[in-house]
Amino acid sequence: MAPDSLGFIFLNAFLINNFVLALFLGLCPFMGVSGKIKTAAPMGAAVTFVMLVASSCAFGINRLLVRFDIEYLRLIAYIAVIASAVQLVEMTIKKFSPTLFRMLGIFLPLITTNCAILGMALFQTFLEYSFIQSLVYSLGAGAGFSLALILMAGMREKLDLANVPDACMGTAAALMIAGLLSLAFMGFAGLGG
Amino acid sequence: MAADPRQPKPLTRQTLTEGLWKENPVFVMLLGLCPALAVSNTAINALAMGLASTFVLLGSSLLISLLRNFIPKQVRIASYIIIIATFVTAVDYIIHALSLELYNALGAFIQLIVVNCAILGRAEAFASKNPVRHSLVNGFGMGAGFTLALVMVGAVREILGFGSLFGVALFGEQFQTWAVFILPPGGFFVLSFWLVLFAVVAKRRAAKEVAHGS
Amino acid sequence: MNETSAPTIPEQVMPSPFRLIATLGLIAMLSGFVIVLVYQITAEPIARNQREALERAVFTVLPGAESRALFRADETGITLLTDEELAQANVFAGYDNQGQLVGVALTGSARGYGGEVRVLYGYDPAAEKIIGYTVLQSSETPGLGDKIEDDPNFLANFEALEVSLDPETGEVAQPIVTVKEGAKTEPWEIDGISGATVSSEAVGRALRESTLEWLPRVVSHLDVFKQAAGEDH
Repeated sequence: MAPDSLGFIFLNAFLINNFVLALFLGLCPFMGVSGKIKTAAPMGAAVTFVMLVASSCAFGINRLLVRFDIEYLRLIAYIAVIASAVQLVEMTIKKFSPTLFRMLGIFLPLITTNCAILGMALFQTFLEYSFIQSLVYSLGAGAGFSLALILMAGMREKLDLANVPDACMGTAAALMIAGLLSLAFMGFAGLGG
Repeated sequence: MAADPRQPKPLTRQTLTEGLWKENPVFVMLLGLCPALAVSNTAINALAMGLASTFVLLGSSLLISLLRNFIPKQVRIASYIIIIATFVTAVDYIIHALSLELYNALGAFIQLIVVNCAILGRAEAFASKNPVRHSLVNGFGMGAGFTLALVMVGAVREILGFGSLFGVALFGEQFQTWAVFILPPGGFFVLSFWLVLFAVVAKRRAAKEVAHGS
Repeated sequence: MNETSAPTIPEQVMPSPFRLIATLGLIAMLSGFVIVLVYQITAEPIARNQREALERAVFTVLPGAESRALFRADETGITLLTDEELAQANVFAGYDNQGQLVGVALTGSARGYGGEVRVLYGYDPAAEKIIGYTVLQSSETPGLGDKIEDDPNFLANFEALEVSLDPETGEVAQPIVTVKEGAKTEPWEIDGISGATVSSEAVGRALRESTLEWLPRVVSHLDVFKQAAGEDH
């Protein structure tokens, strides 16, 4: 597959360089919301949606910044856009599904400080993707984040029933699982190469 | 004005040390994990990342604490993020000017300091409520704790993965490097290992105290 | 800006919207001021760092070179650049202490495992061989893919990698290919790194594409490079 093809870009963000398990982006919500599949899935969807919105905004803003030669304001501009996008998603969810809104709780505003989203915006800029490529990249990144979150939640639900040594309870065990998942994802190396 | 209980608590040793150990941002609060794992594959990268974050933490604590009575509650998060982003952009340029090699090694993660929850958390929980001196001391403690944690993770990964520490080879030529530790999974494993170690130590100590008490 | 991002906790006195916007505006101005200041101060050292890194790389890939000149090659031909125009340069020529052309350094890039791999290589037109190579930029996996930067066996490939031009057509006679580790039999083949197949193949692809595109042009303008030796060193 050609490295610039849309299929490869998606696969790259989705599996090969999975945002959570290979690039360590978005670990806070990954650790925080991966307790149950029921919350993990909507969280993944919310992040994916914010990513799509943020990606298209970031693309436009970067064009403007480059045009006026003020690239040093990029970080501030991006973070402002992401904060606004999160606000938008929050209002949408609150309006259409109050139950979901309660379930996601404090993690919704926390998407602002989810480094996966800022990371995605910065990477798409560094990689000089076109608008369509950026969108596909953000979709892949969001899907990859959701996949990691759901896989993790599935394993942690099982872990709750297992007999774990006291010292390894909680975060330590979760991190170990994340490490194993990450190891498994290393196997996608060279996929579609 | 907002009901703001501004009784400046005395500046105690606790203000400084709580961030170092008891409320260590990485090991205890599990904040700022992304940079802690992503750039901790060598001790030097970890140290540089820790120092950069500390600089941002100090700068933003100072400014936020100075402006704490001026910023209305409604726009405080937005203001904090702008202030933090300013310092991060500055650090980004400074590291780029100091060493190209370091800049390439840390990559986009310098800019991602801006979403390090540990820093926004400090701004919200401490600097916005305390006088400048307290905020600086506390920010310094937190930064030092963050750096310490990063270097602890980075050192283990570098020793096992490269057979060196701070770039100095520790073992002979025949040392077989353990590549998995510099790869992403290694980051998870090493952090997990430290957490288990701390839990075991804490448990031992608690058991001892109980034994003494009875 | 997102004034609404703070939770709307009911307050005794709600500040006027004007005050909110004014606060944010003031902070944004302050931040803009600080950033521009830092940007101005660091711009010079950053440019210097990048220049020095590139110079080091040019002298690494052209062993024996004592001085260098910058060129820009494009559709219209090859032009000599001054040191100030470094940013536009894409071909570098190295000369020994007698002012003789040692070789030219060119860049190549290809998508590797973790992103773009950019390499710089030195080409000796007299011997029709690549005589040096270095990685300018890569984000290959540490411990595996990044062996393309320092694995001694891999680097040995580029001490004398044949890229001869067909005397009749002027095109590259045998394009560079990457083969499995230990399988190199021809002088134009690159011995890959087992365990870093994607990365070593990316290096091969970067070199192949760059040599196919640029070498015919460079070799047909050799006099431009030789001439520049006397001018500004």
